[in-house]
Amino acid sequence: MRQDHLITATQLSRDDIETVLDRARAVADDPAAYADRHAGRVLALCFFEPSTRTRMSFDSAAKRLGMNTIDMGDVDSSSVSKGESLSDTVRVIEGYADAIVLRHPSEGAATLAGERVDVPVVNAGDGAGQHPSQTLLDLHTIREDHGLDDLTIGIMGDLKYGRTVHSLAAALTEFDANQHFISPESLRLPRSVRFDLHETGAQIREHEEIEPVLDELDVLYVTRIQKERFPDENEYHRVAGEYRIDAETLDAAADDLTVMHPLPRVDEIAPDVDETDHARYFEQAHNGVPVRMALLDTLLENANPDADEGTEVDR
Amino acid sequence: MSEHELRVSKIRDGTVIDHVEGGQALNVLAILGIDGSEGFGVSVGMNVPSDRLGRKDIVKVEDRELSQSEVDVLSLIAPEATINIVRDFEVVEKNRVTRPDTVTGVLSCPNRNCITNADEPIETRFDVVADGVRCDYCATILRADIADHIDV
Ligand SMILES: [Zn+2]
Repeated sequence: MRQDHLITATQLSRDDIETVLDRARAVADDPAAYADRHAGRVLALCFFEPSTRTRMSFDSAAKRLGMNTIDMGDVDSSSVSKGESLSDTVRVIEGYADAIVLRHPSEGAATLAGERVDVPVVNAGDGAGQHPSQTLLDLHTIREDHGLDDLTIGIMGDLKYGRTVHSLAAALTEFDANQHFISPESLRLPRSVRFDLHETGAQIREHEEIEPVLDELDVLYVTRIQKERFPDENEYHRVAGEYRIDAETLDAAADDLTVMHPLPRVDEIAPDVDETDHARYFEQAHNGVPVRMALLDTLLENANPDADEGTEVDR
Repeated sequence: MSEHELRVSKIRDGTVIDHVEGGQALNVLAILGIDGSEGFGVSVGMNVPSDRLGRKDIVKVEDRELSQSEVDVLSLIAPEATINIVRDFEVVEKNRVTRPDTVTGVLSCPNRNCITNADEPIETRFDVVADGVRCDYCATILRADIADHIDV
Protein backbone atom coordinates (compact mmCIF):
# COMPACT_ATOMS: atom_id res chain seq x y z
CA MET A 1 0.00 0.00 0.00
CA ARG A 2 1.61 3.25 -1.13
CA GLN A 3 -0.97 5.58 0.39
CA ASP A 4 -0.49 8.24 3.01
CA HIS A 5 -4.02 8.14 4.36
CA LEU A 6 -6.89 5.67 4.54
CA ILE A 7 -9.97 7.74 3.76
CA THR A 8 -12.32 5.54 1.76
CA ALA A 9 -12.41 1.91 0.75
CA THR A 10 -12.72 2.98 -2.88
CA GLN A 11 -9.05 4.00 -2.80
CA LEU A 12 -7.95 0.45 -1.93
CA SER A 13 -6.70 -1.89 -4.61
CA ARG A 14 -6.72 -5.65 -4.26
CA ASP A 15 -2.99 -5.44 -3.62
CA ASP A 16 -3.44 -2.85 -0.87
CA ILE A 17 -6.03 -5.02 0.84
CA GLU A 18 -3.97 -8.19 0.61
CA THR A 19 -0.88 -6.41 1.89
CA VAL A 20 -2.68 -5.32 5.04
CA LEU A 21 -4.48 -8.63 5.55
CA ASP A 22 -1.31 -10.67 5.08
CA ARG A 23 0.39 -8.48 7.64
CA ALA A 24 -2.61 -8.82 9.98
CA ARG A 25 -2.20 -12.58 9.80
CA ALA A 26 1.49 -12.25 10.59
CA VAL A 27 0.65 -9.98 13.53
CA ALA A 28 -1.91 -12.42 14.86
CA ASP A 29 0.54 -15.31 14.52
CA ASP A 30 3.38 -13.56 16.33
CA PRO A 31 2.25 -10.45 18.19
CA ALA A 32 5.50 -10.25 20.16
CA ALA A 33 7.44 -9.51 17.00
CA TYR A 34 5.48 -6.29 16.62
CA ALA A 35 5.49 -5.20 20.25
CA ASP A 36 8.09 -2.42 20.00
CA ARG A 37 7.81 -1.73 16.35
CA HIS A 38 6.62 1.85 16.69
CA ALA A 39 7.86 2.62 20.18
CA GLY A 40 8.07 6.35 20.82
CA ARG A 41 5.46 7.23 18.23
CA VAL A 42 2.16 8.82 19.11
CA LEU A 43 -1.31 8.15 17.71
CA ALA A 44 -4.00 10.83 18.14
CA LEU A 45 -7.53 9.49 18.54
CA CYS A 46 -9.83 12.30 17.41
CA PHE A 47 -13.38 11.20 18.05
CA PHE A 48 -15.85 13.99 17.38
CA GLU A 49 -18.67 11.59 18.17
CA PRO A 50 -18.57 8.78 20.66
CA SER A 51 -17.57 5.30 19.59
CA THR A 52 -16.10 3.45 22.52
CA ARG A 53 -15.35 0.23 20.66
CA THR A 54 -13.66 1.68 17.61
CA ARG A 55 -11.64 4.01 19.81
CA MET A 56 -10.57 1.19 22.13
CA SER A 57 -9.73 -1.03 19.18
CA PHE A 58 -7.37 1.60 17.72
CA ASP A 59 -6.01 2.38 21.18
CA SER A 60 -5.24 -1.28 21.79
CA ALA A 61 -3.70 -1.71 18.33
CA ALA A 62 -1.44 1.31 18.82
CA LYS A 63 -0.29 0.21 22.27
CA ARG A 64 0.47 -3.29 21.03
CA LEU A 65 2.79 -1.66 18.49
CA GLY A 66 4.53 0.19 21.31
CA MET A 67 2.88 3.53 20.51
CA ASN A 68 1.43 6.03 22.92
CA THR A 69 -2.04 7.40 22.31
CA ILE A 70 -3.54 10.78 23.00
CA ASP A 71 -7.16 11.81 22.61
CA MET A 72 -9.41 14.83 22.82
CA GLY A 73 -11.21 13.77 25.97
CA ASP A 74 -14.87 14.58 26.20
CA VAL A 75 -15.76 16.31 22.95
CA ASP A 76 -18.37 18.51 24.59
CA SER A 77 -15.79 20.25 26.74
CA SER A 78 -13.15 20.71 24.05
CA SER A 79 -12.66 23.64 21.73
CA VAL A 80 -14.64 21.74 19.13
CA SER A 81 -17.94 22.82 20.63
CA LYS A 82 -16.57 26.36 20.93
CA GLY A 83 -16.48 26.67 17.18
CA GLU A 84 -12.95 25.75 16.18
CA SER A 85 -12.93 24.33 12.67
CA LEU A 86 -11.93 20.76 12.00
CA SER A 87 -9.29 22.15 9.63
CA ASP A 88 -7.62 24.02 12.50
CA THR A 89 -8.02 21.19 15.00
CA VAL A 90 -6.25 18.63 12.85
CA ARG A 91 -3.48 21.08 11.98
CA VAL A 92 -2.83 21.62 15.66
CA ILE A 93 -2.95 17.91 16.46
CA GLU A 94 -0.61 17.16 13.57
CA GLY A 95 2.11 18.71 15.69
CA TYR A 96 1.37 16.35 18.59
CA ALA A 97 1.14 13.02 16.81
CA ASP A 98 2.61 10.77 14.13
CA ALA A 99 -0.80 9.68 12.86
CA ILE A 100 -4.42 10.69 13.36
CA VAL A 101 -7.51 8.50 13.64
CA LEU A 102 -10.61 10.55 12.96
CA ARG A 103 -14.26 9.84 13.70
CA HIS A 104 -16.57 12.68 12.72
CA PRO A 105 -20.32 13.10 12.21
CA SER A 106 -19.98 14.83 8.81
CA GLU A 107 -19.46 13.04 5.51
CA GLY A 108 -16.17 14.06 3.93
CA ALA A 109 -14.53 15.09 7.22
CA ALA A 110 -11.66 12.64 6.77
CA THR A 111 -11.07 13.79 3.20
CA LEU A 112 -10.78 17.35 4.46
CA ALA A 113 -8.45 16.32 7.30
CA GLY A 114 -6.26 14.39 4.86
CA GLU A 115 -5.92 17.53 2.74
CA ARG A 116 -4.84 19.60 5.72
CA VAL A 117 -2.12 17.49 7.33
CA ASP A 118 0.95 15.49 6.33
CA VAL A 119 0.76 12.77 8.97
CA PRO A 120 -1.33 9.72 8.02
CA VAL A 121 -5.07 10.09 8.63
CA VAL A 122 -7.29 7.07 9.13
CA ASN A 123 -11.01 7.58 8.63
CA ALA A 124 -12.73 5.81 11.52
CA GLY A 125 -16.18 6.75 10.25
CA ASP A 126 -17.46 9.97 8.68
CA GLY A 127 -21.20 10.32 9.13
CA ALA A 128 -23.04 8.07 6.70
CA GLY A 129 -19.94 8.00 4.50
CA GLN A 130 -17.19 5.43 4.93
CA HIS A 131 -15.49 3.29 7.56
CA PRO A 132 -12.61 1.63 5.75
CA SER A 133 -10.69 0.17 8.69
CA GLN A 134 -13.85 -1.72 9.64
CA THR A 135 -13.90 -3.04 6.10
CA LEU A 136 -10.37 -4.37 6.39
CA LEU A 137 -11.28 -6.33 9.49
CA ASP A 138 -14.49 -7.52 7.83
CA LEU A 139 -12.49 -8.76 4.85
CA HIS A 140 -9.98 -10.42 7.14
CA THR A 141 -12.81 -12.30 8.84
CA ILE A 142 -14.34 -13.34 5.52
CA ARG A 143 -10.99 -14.37 4.11
CA GLU A 144 -10.24 -16.65 7.04
CA ASP A 145 -13.54 -18.51 6.44
CA HIS A 146 -14.10 -18.45 2.70
CA GLY A 147 -11.36 -16.57 0.89
CA LEU A 148 -12.29 -13.45 -1.01
CA ASP A 149 -12.92 -14.79 -4.50
CA ASP A 150 -15.87 -16.76 -5.76
CA LEU A 151 -17.80 -15.35 -2.85
CA THR A 152 -21.54 -14.77 -2.54
CA ILE A 153 -22.38 -12.25 0.15
CA GLY A 154 -25.68 -10.85 1.39
CA ILE A 155 -25.58 -7.45 3.05
CA MET A 156 -28.74 -6.71 4.98
CA GLY A 157 -30.28 -3.89 7.00
CA ASP A 158 -29.64 -0.15 6.77
CA LEU A 159 -27.79 0.16 3.50
CA LYS A 160 -28.51 3.85 3.11
CA TYR A 161 -26.80 5.24 6.19
CA GLY A 162 -24.59 2.25 6.97
CA ARG A 163 -21.05 3.45 6.35
CA THR A 164 -19.61 -0.01 7.02
CA VAL A 165 -21.78 -1.27 4.16
CA HIS A 166 -20.62 1.46 1.78
CA SER A 167 -16.97 0.66 2.44
CA LEU A 168 -17.41 -3.11 2.32
CA ALA A 169 -19.35 -3.04 -0.94
CA ALA A 170 -16.67 -0.89 -2.58
CA ALA A 171 -13.80 -3.08 -1.39
CA LEU A 172 -15.50 -6.30 -2.54
CA THR A 173 -15.49 -5.02 -6.12
CA GLU A 174 -11.75 -5.74 -6.12
CA PHE A 175 -12.59 -9.43 -5.78
CA ASP A 176 -14.80 -11.90 -7.58
CA ALA A 177 -17.82 -11.40 -5.34
CA ASN A 178 -21.56 -11.55 -5.98
CA GLN A 179 -23.19 -8.97 -3.77
CA HIS A 180 -26.84 -9.17 -2.72
CA PHE A 181 -28.24 -6.13 -0.95
CA ILE A 182 -31.28 -6.75 1.23
CA SER A 183 -33.14 -3.81 2.71
CA PRO A 184 -36.46 -2.02 2.89
CA GLU A 185 -37.05 0.30 -0.05
CA SER A 186 -36.47 3.39 2.11
CA LEU A 187 -33.01 2.22 3.20
CA ARG A 188 -31.58 1.14 -0.15
CA LEU A 189 -27.98 1.87 -1.09
CA PRO A 190 -27.41 5.56 -1.84
CA ARG A 191 -27.05 6.66 -5.43
CA SER A 192 -23.35 7.43 -5.06
CA VAL A 193 -22.52 3.93 -3.81
CA ARG A 194 -24.55 2.28 -6.58
CA PHE A 195 -22.81 4.56 -9.07
CA ASP A 196 -19.39 3.30 -7.97
CA LEU A 197 -20.51 -0.32 -8.01
CA HIS A 198 -21.91 0.00 -11.52
CA GLU A 199 -18.74 1.77 -12.69
CA THR A 200 -16.67 -1.23 -11.66
CA GLY A 201 -19.05 -3.64 -13.35
CA ALA A 202 -19.75 -5.33 -10.02
CA GLN A 203 -22.25 -8.18 -9.77
CA ILE A 204 -24.94 -6.71 -7.54
CA ARG A 205 -28.59 -7.50 -6.91
CA GLU A 206 -31.04 -5.69 -4.66
CA HIS A 207 -33.83 -7.41 -2.73
CA GLU A 208 -36.46 -6.56 -0.15
CA GLU A 209 -36.47 -10.02 1.41
CA ILE A 210 -33.72 -12.37 2.44
CA GLU A 211 -35.53 -15.69 1.99
CA PRO A 212 -35.06 -16.05 -1.79
CA VAL A 213 -31.27 -15.63 -1.60
CA LEU A 214 -30.37 -17.01 1.82
CA ASP A 215 -29.39 -20.49 0.68
CA GLU A 216 -26.92 -19.12 -1.92
CA LEU A 217 -24.90 -17.10 0.56
CA ASP A 218 -21.43 -17.77 1.92
CA VAL A 219 -21.63 -14.69 4.13
CA LEU A 220 -24.56 -12.78 5.61
CA TYR A 221 -23.53 -9.31 6.82
CA VAL A 222 -26.22 -7.82 9.04
CA THR A 223 -26.41 -4.17 10.08
CA ARG A 224 -28.61 -2.36 12.52
CA ILE A 225 -31.66 -0.40 11.44
CA GLN A 226 -31.79 2.70 13.60
CA LYS A 227 -34.97 4.02 15.11
CA GLU A 228 -33.97 7.63 14.32
CA ARG A 229 -34.34 6.93 10.62
CA PHE A 230 -38.10 6.56 10.96
CA PRO A 231 -40.49 9.39 11.76
CA ASP A 232 -43.02 6.83 13.02
CA GLU A 233 -42.05 4.33 15.70
CA ASN A 234 -44.60 1.73 14.55
CA GLU A 235 -43.10 1.81 11.08
CA TYR A 236 -39.66 1.28 12.61
CA HIS A 237 -40.82 -1.77 14.55
CA ARG A 238 -42.49 -3.26 11.49
CA VAL A 239 -39.40 -2.80 9.31
CA ALA A 240 -36.89 -3.83 11.98
CA GLY A 241 -38.88 -7.01 12.63
CA GLU A 242 -38.64 -8.03 8.99
CA TYR A 243 -34.86 -7.71 8.93
CA ARG A 244 -34.20 -9.73 12.05
CA ILE A 245 -32.67 -13.18 11.94
CA ASP A 246 -32.67 -15.99 14.48
CA ALA A 247 -31.39 -19.56 14.58
CA GLU A 248 -34.55 -20.82 12.90
CA THR A 249 -34.14 -18.39 9.97
CA LEU A 250 -30.72 -19.90 9.42
CA ASP A 251 -32.06 -23.46 9.05
CA ALA A 252 -32.45 -22.61 5.36
CA ALA A 253 -28.84 -21.44 5.01
CA ALA A 254 -25.76 -23.34 3.87
CA ASP A 255 -23.96 -25.15 6.70
CA ASP A 256 -20.89 -22.99 6.31
CA LEU A 257 -22.71 -19.66 6.15
CA THR A 258 -20.81 -17.00 8.10
CA VAL A 259 -22.97 -14.42 9.89
CA MET A 260 -21.27 -11.09 10.53
CA HIS A 261 -22.24 -7.77 12.12
CA PRO A 262 -20.16 -4.64 12.78
CA LEU A 263 -21.62 -4.43 16.33
CA PRO A 264 -23.12 -3.23 18.53
CA ARG A 265 -26.29 -5.11 17.71
CA VAL A 266 -29.68 -4.43 19.21
CA ASP A 267 -32.07 -7.21 18.25
CA GLU A 268 -31.44 -7.74 14.54
CA ILE A 269 -29.56 -10.94 15.40
CA ALA A 270 -31.29 -13.03 18.08
CA PRO A 271 -29.03 -14.32 20.86
CA ASP A 272 -29.76 -17.92 19.83
CA VAL A 273 -27.67 -17.33 16.69
CA ASP A 274 -24.62 -16.90 18.95
CA GLU A 275 -24.75 -20.62 19.75
CA THR A 276 -24.74 -21.70 16.10
CA ASP A 277 -21.66 -22.38 13.99
CA HIS A 278 -22.63 -19.44 11.81
CA ALA A 279 -21.91 -16.67 14.30
CA ARG A 280 -18.66 -14.87 13.66
CA TYR A 281 -19.35 -11.31 14.90
CA PHE A 282 -17.34 -11.51 18.09
CA GLU A 283 -14.29 -12.87 16.27
CA GLN A 284 -14.88 -10.16 13.71
CA ALA A 285 -14.65 -7.53 16.45
CA HIS A 286 -11.52 -9.18 17.90
CA ASN A 287 -9.91 -9.10 14.47
CA GLY A 288 -10.02 -5.32 14.73
CA VAL A 289 -6.85 -5.27 16.79
CA PRO A 290 -4.44 -7.22 14.53
CA VAL A 291 -5.92 -5.64 11.41
CA ARG A 292 -5.58 -2.13 12.80
CA MET A 293 -2.05 -2.95 13.95
CA ALA A 294 -1.25 -4.02 10.41
CA LEU A 295 -2.90 -0.91 8.99
CA LEU A 296 -1.07 1.51 11.31
CA ASP A 297 2.18 -0.33 10.68
CA THR A 298 1.70 -0.02 6.92
CA LEU A 299 0.73 3.65 6.96
CA LEU A 300 3.56 4.59 9.31
CA GLU A 301 5.99 2.70 7.16
CA ASN A 302 4.77 4.66 4.12
CA ALA A 303 5.08 7.92 6.04
CA ASN A 304 8.61 7.10 7.28
CA PRO A 305 10.07 4.87 4.59
CA ASP A 306 13.56 4.71 6.14
CA ALA A 307 12.67 4.72 9.79
CA ASP A 308 12.39 0.96 10.20
CA GLU A 309 15.67 0.07 8.58
CA GLY A 310 17.78 -2.18 10.72
CA THR A 311 14.95 -3.79 12.66
CA GLU A 312 15.08 -7.52 12.93
CA VAL A 313 11.49 -8.14 11.99
CA ASP A 314 10.99 -10.18 8.89
CA ARG A 315 8.26 -8.77 6.66
CA MET B 1 -27.41 35.97 -37.57
CA SER B 2 -30.53 34.02 -38.53
CA GLU B 3 -33.97 35.45 -38.86
CA HIS B 4 -35.11 33.71 -35.68
CA GLU B 5 -32.43 35.25 -33.58
CA LEU B 6 -33.56 38.71 -34.62
CA ARG B 7 -36.50 38.24 -32.27
CA VAL B 8 -34.03 39.19 -29.59
CA SER B 9 -32.55 42.60 -30.11
CA LYS B 10 -28.93 43.04 -31.12
CA ILE B 11 -26.45 44.26 -28.55
CA ARG B 12 -23.51 46.60 -28.99
CA ASP B 13 -21.05 45.11 -26.47
CA GLY B 14 -21.40 42.06 -24.30
CA THR B 15 -22.01 38.34 -24.48
CA VAL B 16 -24.52 36.25 -26.36
CA ILE B 17 -25.05 32.77 -25.00
CA ASP B 18 -26.69 30.79 -27.74
CA HIS B 19 -27.83 27.18 -28.16
CA VAL B 20 -28.92 26.89 -24.55
CA GLU B 21 -31.23 23.92 -24.08
CA GLY B 22 -34.85 25.10 -24.17
CA GLY B 23 -36.06 26.09 -20.70
CA GLN B 24 -32.60 26.72 -19.19
CA ALA B 25 -32.32 30.46 -19.88
CA LEU B 26 -33.32 31.52 -16.39
CA ASN B 27 -30.83 29.06 -14.94
CA VAL B 28 -28.15 30.62 -17.11
CA LEU B 29 -29.01 33.98 -15.58
CA ALA B 30 -28.83 32.39 -12.15
CA ILE B 31 -25.34 31.06 -12.89
CA LEU B 32 -24.28 34.53 -13.94
CA GLY B 33 -25.83 35.92 -10.81
CA ILE B 34 -27.99 38.28 -12.85
CA ASP B 35 -31.40 39.26 -11.53
CA GLY B 36 -31.78 42.60 -13.29
CA SER B 37 -30.72 44.75 -10.37
CA GLU B 38 -27.16 45.01 -11.72
CA GLY B 39 -28.27 47.39 -14.46
CA PHE B 40 -26.99 45.34 -17.43
CA GLY B 41 -29.24 45.21 -20.46
CA VAL B 42 -30.48 41.63 -20.63
CA SER B 43 -32.48 39.99 -23.41
CA VAL B 44 -33.81 36.47 -23.15
CA GLY B 45 -35.28 34.39 -25.94
CA MET B 46 -37.02 31.22 -24.89
CA ASN B 47 -38.03 28.23 -26.96
CA VAL B 48 -36.78 29.74 -30.18
CA PRO B 49 -36.87 27.20 -33.05
CA SER B 50 -33.41 25.74 -33.67
CA ASP B 51 -32.10 23.36 -36.33
CA ARG B 52 -29.65 21.80 -33.94
CA LEU B 53 -31.70 21.61 -30.74
CA GLY B 54 -35.32 21.77 -31.89
CA ARG B 55 -36.03 24.48 -29.35
CA LYS B 56 -33.38 26.62 -27.78
CA ASP B 57 -32.98 29.57 -25.47
CA ILE B 58 -30.74 32.59 -26.05
CA VAL B 59 -29.40 34.96 -23.42
CA LYS B 60 -27.83 38.29 -24.34
CA VAL B 61 -26.12 40.34 -21.69
CA GLU B 62 -24.80 43.81 -22.43
CA ASP B 63 -21.49 45.06 -21.08
CA ARG B 64 -20.64 41.83 -19.34
CA GLU B 65 -18.23 39.00 -20.18
CA LEU B 66 -18.03 35.62 -18.47
CA SER B 67 -15.44 34.17 -16.12
CA GLN B 68 -14.07 30.69 -16.66
CA SER B 69 -15.87 29.31 -13.60
CA GLU B 70 -19.16 30.67 -14.93
CA VAL B 71 -18.51 29.02 -18.27
CA ASP B 72 -17.65 25.75 -16.49
CA VAL B 73 -20.94 25.63 -14.64
CA LEU B 74 -22.84 26.78 -17.70
CA SER B 75 -21.48 23.78 -19.57
CA LEU B 76 -23.18 21.48 -17.10
CA ILE B 77 -26.69 22.75 -17.79
CA ALA B 78 -26.16 23.84 -21.40
CA PRO B 79 -23.57 21.50 -22.91
CA GLU B 80 -24.35 22.67 -26.46
CA ALA B 81 -24.06 26.37 -25.70
CA THR B 82 -21.97 28.76 -27.75
CA ILE B 83 -20.61 31.90 -26.19
CA ASN B 84 -20.24 34.87 -28.50
CA ILE B 85 -18.36 37.94 -27.42
CA VAL B 86 -19.78 41.01 -29.14
CA ARG B 87 -17.93 44.32 -29.58
CA ASP B 88 -19.46 47.16 -31.49
CA PHE B 89 -22.26 44.90 -32.82
CA GLU B 90 -19.77 42.38 -34.24
CA VAL B 91 -19.15 38.88 -32.94
CA VAL B 92 -15.41 39.01 -32.24
CA GLU B 93 -15.11 35.61 -30.57
CA LYS B 94 -17.23 32.48 -30.70
CA ASN B 95 -16.59 29.65 -28.27
CA ARG B 96 -18.26 26.32 -27.51
CA VAL B 97 -18.42 25.40 -23.86
CA THR B 98 -16.43 22.36 -22.79
CA ARG B 99 -17.20 20.25 -19.78
CA PRO B 100 -14.50 20.66 -17.14
CA ASP B 101 -13.15 17.71 -15.10
CA THR B 102 -13.90 19.46 -11.85
CA VAL B 103 -15.87 22.47 -10.70
CA THR B 104 -14.41 24.27 -7.72
CA GLY B 105 -16.11 26.81 -5.51
CA VAL B 106 -19.27 27.38 -7.54
CA LEU B 107 -21.75 24.73 -6.45
CA SER B 108 -22.94 24.02 -2.93
CA CYS B 109 -23.35 20.42 -1.85
CA PRO B 110 -26.99 19.36 -1.43
CA ASN B 111 -26.02 17.00 1.41
CA ARG B 112 -26.62 19.03 4.55
CA ASN B 113 -24.38 16.70 6.49
CA CYS B 114 -21.44 17.21 4.13
CA ILE B 115 -18.31 18.74 5.69
CA THR B 116 -18.46 21.48 3.04
CA ASN B 117 -21.66 22.71 4.72
CA ALA B 118 -20.11 22.79 8.20
CA ASP B 119 -18.50 26.24 8.37
CA GLU B 120 -15.07 24.97 7.45
CA PRO B 121 -12.66 27.21 5.53
CA ILE B 122 -13.05 25.09 2.43
CA GLU B 123 -14.14 25.45 -1.18
CA THR B 124 -16.57 22.93 -2.60
CA ARG B 125 -15.15 20.69 -5.28
CA PHE B 126 -17.21 18.54 -7.62
CA ASP B 127 -16.00 15.99 -10.14
CA VAL B 128 -17.88 16.06 -13.41
CA VAL B 129 -19.26 12.55 -14.06
CA ALA B 130 -21.26 11.06 -16.92
CA ASP B 131 -24.54 12.86 -16.34
CA GLY B 132 -23.92 15.15 -13.42
CA VAL B 133 -21.40 16.19 -10.82
CA ARG B 134 -20.17 14.50 -7.68
CA CYS B 135 -18.98 16.05 -4.43
CA ASP B 136 -15.32 15.24 -3.82
CA TYR B 137 -15.92 15.23 -0.08
CA CYS B 138 -19.12 13.27 0.53
CA ALA B 139 -19.58 11.64 -2.92
CA THR B 140 -23.15 12.90 -3.29
CA ILE B 141 -24.19 12.98 -6.93
CA LEU B 142 -26.09 15.93 -8.32
CA ARG B 143 -27.86 15.57 -11.66
CA ALA B 144 -30.95 17.37 -12.94
CA ASP B 145 -31.02 19.96 -10.20
CA ILE B 146 -27.53 21.41 -10.63
CA ALA B 147 -28.85 24.92 -11.20
CA ASP B 148 -30.48 24.90 -7.75
CA HIS B 149 -27.08 24.58 -6.11
CA ILE B 150 -25.15 27.34 -7.79
CA ASP B 151 -23.30 29.37 -5.26
CA VAL B 152 -21.48 32.10 -7.24
ZN1 LIG C 1 -20.71 16.95 -0.29
